[in-house]
Amino acid sequence: MVAARTDHAVTTTTSTALTGLPGLSRALALGAAALLAVVLFMLTVAVGSVSIPVSEVVRLLLGQETGEQSWAVIVREVRLPRALTGLLAGAALGVSGLQMQTLFRNPLADPFILGISAGASLGVALVVLVAGAAGTAMVGGLGLLGNLGVAGAAAVGAAVVTAGVLALSRRVTGPATVLIVGLMAGYAISAIVSVLIYSGFGRLERIRAYVAWGFGSFGGTTWSELQVFVPVLLVGLALSTTTTKQLNALLLGDRYAASMGLHVRRARLGVILAASLMAGTVTAFCGPIAFLGVAVPHLTRGLVRSGDHRLLVPAVALVGAATALAAGLVAQLPGTDATLPLNAVTSLIGAPVVVAVLLRLRRRGAAVLT
Amino acid sequence: MNLTSQADRPGVLAARGLVVGYRSRRGGDRLLLTDLDLDLAAGELTCLLGPNGCGKSTLLRGLTGLQAPLAGRVTLDGRDLTALSSRQRARLLSIVLTEAVDGGLLRCADLVALGRYPYTGWSGRLQPADVAAVRWALRVTGVEALAERRVDELSDGERQRVLIARALAQQPAVLALDEPTAFVDLPHRVELAELLRSLARECGLAVLLVTHDLSLALRSADTVWLIEPPYTDAATAHLHVGAPEDLALDGVVGRAFASDEVHFDLATATFVARQGQLGTVAVAGSQPAATWAGWAMAREGLTVIADAAAADLVVTATVVGGRRSWQVRSAAGSSEHPDVASLVCAVRGLLPALVTLPRAGDPAPAAKHGPL
Repeated sequence: MVAARTDHAVTTTTSTALTGLPGLSRALALGAAALLAVVLFMLTVAVGSVSIPVSEVVRLLLGQETGEQSWAVIVREVRLPRALTGLLAGAALGVSGLQMQTLFRNPLADPFILGISAGASLGVALVVLVAGAAGTAMVGGLGLLGNLGVAGAAAVGAAVVTAGVLALSRRVTGPATVLIVGLMAGYAISAIVSVLIYSGFGRLERIRAYVAWGFGSFGGTTWSELQVFVPVLLVGLALSTTTTKQLNALLLGDRYAASMGLHVRRARLGVILAASLMAGTVTAFCGPIAFLGVAVPHLTRGLVRSGDHRLLVPAVALVGAATALAAGLVAQLPGTDATLPLNAVTSLIGAPVVVAVLLRLRRRGAAVLT
Repeated sequence: MNLTSQADRPGVLAARGLVVGYRSRRGGDRLLLTDLDLDLAAGELTCLLGPNGCGKSTLLRGLTGLQAPLAGRVTLDGRDLTALSSRQRARLLSIVLTEAVDGGLLRCADLVALGRYPYTGWSGRLQPADVAAVRWALRVTGVEALAERRVDELSDGERQRVLIARALAQQPAVLALDEPTAFVDLPHRVELAELLRSLARECGLAVLLVTHDLSLALRSADTVWLIEPPYTDAATAHLHVGAPEDLALDGVVGRAFASDEVHFDLATATFVARQGQLGTVAVAGSQPAATWAGWAMAREGLTVIADAAAADLVVTATVVGGRRSWQVRSAAGSSEHPDVASLVCAVRGLLPALVTLPRAGDPAPAAKHGPL
């Protein structure tokens, strides 16, 4: 019978359709997203309360001298950290949102909606409370070990909530129920964090820092935080590229995936690990950022018209970086001294996407609200 | 118990002393089927058949390693199923499930290519041999034309074919399908069964089709594994193995599926309501018009018998120059009818017992599973 099986598999013509290589249009879409991310990165460095010409930004980034000495300081100490933070935070939130959506088989899953950001903030609050950090930022002045501790605690908090909501989601039916469970978990955990912060710290500037952190920002990171932030997120993104094959199998559901030889529990664990590491770290250093995780994968699917995670993961990372940088730019209100809360901007981007997805599900006859 | 055509050697998928059921945490496992010795033969379509809720899917999960059996062992290609890695198992056995697949933006070719999962490396990149296997799977299931279509654009029948193609892309020795025809209309169901049988024959696959569709199984299966439900709560179900015709003639099919309302009629291989006591009718004349008139008479509660002299009514079908007509004769006289509907009206008038029945309470259609 083995002979019969191989007899039928004689044609060996390859095609892009079957080898999974992105077609020309998909390569173009990827290229466009990458170009957009680069342009927005430059703009983020260039634009702010002080405008720096883009040509000077390029010179500075290449390590050359510029006419205005203060520009170099602004770029090095403020703009570049902020741009790097936005770039990586957007990529990480987008990819972890994509992973959540496939893992939960729920098009509306994302770290913020499922209460995973709240779990991360609980981890952060505990570390800050124990470490008793000084300074005005929520996680400022902790040093390298403290920053590692914050990232670790946030990732653990995120992973615990993810595993919990996932376990609950397997007992309930309907995507909306899972979302409600996640939202409730998020509210409850946020309430615990508030109680901890308000009673435990007792100092006005801490409370103010916590409230400001809750608005979300890419501007709170200095090079000392980036020493942890950048490598951890790069590890998370690298881990994510190893989960693409598993995520593709999980698209068909757990039982099909298991029948194809996937260790479902192991794969789930790997995905939760990567997603929690990224969502937790971003939450620790930038605050709980709303809706990027749910919106970016849908925007990307619309762009590349594919469900293949080998294409989606890099594309989502690029679109996520571009979206986060764009939101950060809008929040800076270029040309003015005022800034908007980042969460207000990302919510304005994300909420319409969520509504559009819900409407499309309804049209397809999927039972969303069961 | 082992009545398959290859009784002398174990099947490619074989069970010895298998016990399936639900493990209860509080002790007292619920046993559904016990002491099963089963052999699934290569090159054959085997149907696992039984009424709803008798343990078909549980047995399938036990046989395919998706659920640990309570006792006994299952071998796949001569090796113990539990000793195989999940990757090795996936190269020998693939499944098609009832559950809906939400392929999202996946194209059919992508979905079928997922079947290469146990063969590809960490990134899932397809090698030429993988591409060839995918093309072969698309071709033998007749869905090459759908390759570039998106999965969520397909009809139910097309989606089932693509899912079968996905399972074939795993190049298994055993293909197991759990109620794959549940959402497919009748003509496509027949088509799917034919596809599965030809795959078994031509590719040497052992195909196990789980279904509660009796007529499909009786018509298409080489071997039937028939689960006869227990008659008391304490007993476990009984599993019969044999050619579908043997099981039917032995009366096992009738016992497994019969209820207070219906019984299995061996002559027509259909389920008939148990209220055919109103009178007898003999049907003769041109075929198939006579046979169809007989079904209508059975639906009206009459028992169809062969002996015209002993029958209360005699219906004779004639076809002249493409025009059909049915004549019904009784002690009261005879009448001629151009269609079955008017024949039925006339018969209702002829049997006083029928007239007294309230219209709303007319007997439910008797031929539950339809003609074979």
